Amino acid sequence: MTLMFHCAEYEDLLRVTMIRDQEMLNQFLDSISKFVRERLVPAENEVAESDAIPDDIVQEMKAMGLFGMTIPQEYDGLGLTMEEEALVAIELGRTSPAFRSLIGTNNGIGSAAIVFDGTEKQKQTYLPKYASGELIGAFCLTEPDVGSDASAVKTTAIKQGDKYILNGTKRYITNAPRAGTFTVMARTDPSIKGAKGISAFIVDASTPGITLGPKDKKMGQQGSHTCDVIFENCHVPAENIIGGVAGKGFITSMKVLDRGRLHISALSVGIAERLIDDALRYAIDRTQFGKPIAEHQMIQVMLADSKAEAYAAKCMVLDAARQKDLGKKITTEASCCKLFATEMVGRVADKAVQIHGGAGYISEYAVERLYRDVRLFRLYEGTTQIQQMIIAKNMIKDIQ
Amino acid sequence: MKVLVPIKRVIDYNVKVRVKADNSNVDLANVKMAINPFCEIAVEEAVRLKEAGIATEVIAVSIGDKSCQEQLRTALALGADRAIQIETDEKLDALNIAKLLQKIVEEEQPQLVILGKQSIDSDNNQTGQMLAALTGMPQGTFASVVKVEGDKVNVTREVDSGLQTVSLNLPAIVTTDLRLNEPRYASLPNIMKAKRKPLVVKPAADFGVDLSPRSKLIKVVPPATRKAGIIVDGVDTLIEKLRNEAKVIS
Repeated sequence: MTLMFHCAEYEDLLRVTMIRDQEMLNQFLDSISKFVRERLVPAENEVAESDAIPDDIVQEMKAMGLFGMTIPQEYDGLGLTMEEEALVAIELGRTSPAFRSLIGTNNGIGSAAIVFDGTEKQKQTYLPKYASGELIGAFCLTEPDVGSDASAVKTTAIKQGDKYILNGTKRYITNAPRAGTFTVMARTDPSIKGAKGISAFIVDASTPGITLGPKDKKMGQQGSHTCDVIFENCHVPAENIIGGVAGKGFITSMKVLDRGRLHISALSVGIAERLIDDALRYAIDRTQFGKPIAEHQMIQVMLADSKAEAYAAKCMVLDAARQKDLGKKITTEASCCKLFATEMVGRVADKAVQIHGGAGYISEYAVERLYRDVRLFRLYEGTTQIQQMIIAKNMIKDIQ
Repeated sequence: MKVLVPIKRVIDYNVKVRVKADNSNVDLANVKMAINPFCEIAVEEAVRLKEAGIATEVIAVSIGDKSCQEQLRTALALGADRAIQIETDEKLDALNIAKLLQKIVEEEQPQLVILGKQSIDSDNNQTGQMLAALTGMPQGTFASVVKVEGDKVNVTREVDSGLQTVSLNLPAIVTTDLRLNEPRYASLPNIMKAKRKPLVVKPAADFGVDLSPRSKLIKVVPPATRKAGIIVDGVDTLIEKLRNEAKVIS
């Protein structure tokens, strides 16, 4: 696996844009936590039932600047450091992850390829629009037969004059129905089977030859949409290769994924804290055998274990984020965080449902919905098993 | 038109307030603080006046130690143009606050001063009225609508009998009620920009105002906890208990 790529360029970028201002960061977090509490949490049920985020909330999220948190400041974003981004993700985790998903691609996989490897012209064309939310970026790597083995991309991009002709199907593409651009991984050199034959393209969604499949019906995270993106003789200008050089796409996509792992870990911490809060309040209110169930020891065990695990994951994420901000290579740590935090939130969600008893199986309580929502975290941006593989391979490599 | 908005740092309204064990005051140790919600409404109203092209400059002012700069930065992030901190470590009475604000009014000559009607910590509901008396400016308190028209401001006030609209000559004092507006959320880019807006610190002692306290806080006690009720077995028992235990009927 070549998933251990160290993205030195991004760290250089961070050193330039680092905020390092505790007072301002506190204000960011305060404003986001207020917005989450007053606007997003009350809308959770409506979003889940209608499978859509109301337009006024989307507009407010744009006005808040939530789409451009990781875009560098020189392109109208906030240029948050990894630690700051992690703290923001924890705050955003306290509500339905469908909201986070809407801004997730612009702050992550949908823009990161250009942030890391784009040409100056590509950065100037796209990044300010991602930052404002005017343009939604989606990331097209996964295919029907390509998932964890990302270097096996089958979508082709064959050069014809000053254009490339794209053909292939991309699967489970988050935010594709809203996307204005797709970052597409396609094989520019079919004679090379592995990673080196892949290039990354920035493709406008309006380009002829692009069809969207129907929205996927998912287990959870209603309001966040994924679908197939099908390219049929789609003509893309050669200048749309990210970074301008063919054959670098796989390296780009690994950088993109590497960075998202800490974000997903932080998000898992936030949702775990929300689940614990909901379970604790329920346990204090709910009376059985003549006293609140929170006073029964077996409930206390579940509460305490959840709290300890969530705290452990939070410490891991913030430690790894700080190390990343210091310019250290944290591929192993990022995978450790993703592995532990996403498995942790699965256990915490399970216990939150258990503490709710029968009520936990009823959709009236948020824990039922969140239990389904968090299942995704163990799957995307590298499954738990891929994280284990990365960690172990790095351990072996480091000792040799 | 210049608008001055005095703001206060108070306990965040989401925090469960606890009284210190010695009943000397509310326990503020490690408690989250925020801009007083009525003051936030005042900032929002001033910013809306600016966005409507009526106000030209919005100045936020707060009185307190260094920590109140956080709330001034919040006001700047919401859209105020500059901020003044009157620095003091003392807890001041409403009258002393009003006297310091009077000095700022004299310096800045605002056409409109918008304050929260009261702070959610001390619930005094005095500062705006005192400032009006000290400056000789007309006042429109408990505002639910503020309309500037020419050299007048029309203020719709929430009073016990309903809504009352008064017309005040500018310059004037307005204090905000809850329904005047819904404050926006400070956007992240604006929080960043607020860092670069001017914030001037002026020591309270420099204003030549007698800041000695006029009142003394004697004791703070939490509200009495409500005792659990009982379910009575019928109307006769209820009447008997109301008559003999609660003594509310004869």
